[in-house]
Amino acid sequence: MEKSYIVKQISIFSENRPGRLAAIAGALRDAGINIFAFSIAEADGFGVVRALVDRPEDAHRTLTDLGFRVSFTDVIGVKMRDEPGGLSDIASILGDAGINIEYAYAYSGKDAAVLILRVDQAEDAVRQILGHGGELLKASLFR
Amino acid sequence: MAPWNPRTEGMPLDELRRLQFKLVKSLVYRLYSFNDFYRRRMKEQQVHPDDIRTLEDVAKLPFMYKSDLRDGYPDRIFSAEQNELVRYHVSSGTTGKPTVVGYTERDIENWSESLARAFSSCGLGRGDVMQVSYGYGLFTGGLGAHYGAERVGATVLPTSVGNTERQIELMQDLRVTAIACTPSYLLHMGEVAEKMGVSIKNDTDLRMGFLGAEPWSEQMRGRIEDWLGIRAYDIYGTSELSGPMFTECTEQQGIHIWGDLALVEIVDPATGEVLPTGEQGELTVTMLQKEALPMVRYRIGDLTAIEEGVCPCGRTHPRIGRIRGRVDDMLIVRGINVFPSQVEHALLEIPEVGRHFQIVVDRKGALDNMLVRVEVSEEAFSDKITELMVIKKVVEHRLRSSLNVSVDVELVEPGTLPRFEGKSKKVVDRRSL
Repeated sequence: MEKSYIVKQISIFSENRPGRLAAIAGALRDAGINIFAFSIAEADGFGVVRALVDRPEDAHRTLTDLGFRVSFTDVIGVKMRDEPGGLSDIASILGDAGINIEYAYAYSGKDAAVLILRVDQAEDAVRQILGHGGELLKASLFR
Repeated sequence: MAPWNPRTEGMPLDELRRLQFKLVKSLVYRLYSFNDFYRRRMKEQQVHPDDIRTLEDVAKLPFMYKSDLRDGYPDRIFSAEQNELVRYHVSSGTTGKPTVVGYTERDIENWSESLARAFSSCGLGRGDVMQVSYGYGLFTGGLGAHYGAERVGATVLPTSVGNTERQIELMQDLRVTAIACTPSYLLHMGEVAEKMGVSIKNDTDLRMGFLGAEPWSEQMRGRIEDWLGIRAYDIYGTSELSGPMFTECTEQQGIHIWGDLALVEIVDPATGEVLPTGEQGELTVTMLQKEALPMVRYRIGDLTAIEEGVCPCGRTHPRIGRIRGRVDDMLIVRGINVFPSQVEHALLEIPEVGRHFQIVVDRKGALDNMLVRVEVSEEAFSDKITELMVIKKVVEHRLRSSLNVSVDVELVEPGTLPRFEGKSKKVVDRRSL
């Protein structure tokens, strides 16, 4: 049950130099893959591009074939009220339950704002959020 | 395995060294008297044959380089007349002019004797069928292995290179037990055999291979031995020495260099200083009994070390370790000699990164800075920056401890590093000296 809310994010290794994001985004465009949300984590000379896309398996294959180093990471997408306190509600639920957030990024869409979370215990997090009346993106949105 | 020449192969070390000294002494007198090139070199170095009073005094003699052979093209350094020669071999001139090696009857005899000892130390002998898949012709590999195998009483199948399907059919039909070829050609044969529905391990009698003429690694040995079900022995030599001459024995603990035929030294490639046993440096060889083309302190350009102690097989002669690379590739970083092959070797033992790399040397202020670019392996790629940073630190630490110089590591995208061999792309030196 909790599993149906665990979403596959693709993570792509990228060197920190001009044109790398364009190369990744261009490849996804050419494959007709839509990006819902993404973030870039940067370190010393390299970075990791994390993206939530409509067809993760296809995106993985497309990028791997082009020579990119790609992996799947389990994340959850929590819908937030797009108004003051929206983020605070979600963060408090997880904080109170002792669930640590490794990283997060968010987008504000047509229906709602969505917070994408990488947490150490994803299934616990799903239970807590649903238990407190929260709403999550279904994995079935992503093929 | 039983020695081919028990008296020589098991000669006590002090006796061997006395023999070497006698051979060096007479070689030097002979060259000083009869060979213009060597006399001129010795005079330039201000050394006279009388100055050679111990074996260690060999270090007083001038070095000889590949360029000397090229400059002496085709036969100006020879110490024999053409009518005394029974054969020529010619090495390919990939960089500049080719070099010609001449052989007297005794040179061919010693070459065959050397390989007979080597092959029998691996158990090759009467009853074996040896497929020689080195090229025959101007290259020394084919004929060298051929004569050595015949000498120990094996039946030789001189297939040379190419026509791999036919080679595999013959290997099966004639019940070949041993092969001499390059390691990459043997891997290729294994693949072609599988496509033909033949497993070299299960469907042939092949039990040993003498592999050389190109660099290979312990990892590659493991793969060949497991996959093909054979023992894979390293074979070493260059055309200047005669050709392939020396191999490991069944202990696989270094290549035995027959001391009555060759005197080996390891020298610092930068200073020419003789290095102690066990230290890695440039292999330098003096051929003690070669007639047509004498070689004294010849700087081969291969990097290796002399193994310490006596081989468990009981043969007393010195052994050299696996060839670790070419001296031409050496870099000096903060005064330390660094070889790309050391980087390659260290990376092979770190599963988190691929085997490809690029070295970039730069100067920051007064200090050299060495950067090694590596690709994160598929298994090790993590979404977490902290884990990637740990990989970077691990590689930096490992490289530092094997090179003795601190190294910055940069993780790069897969497929972006040069794939082919060669210094030109693997090393970028941006220092303006």
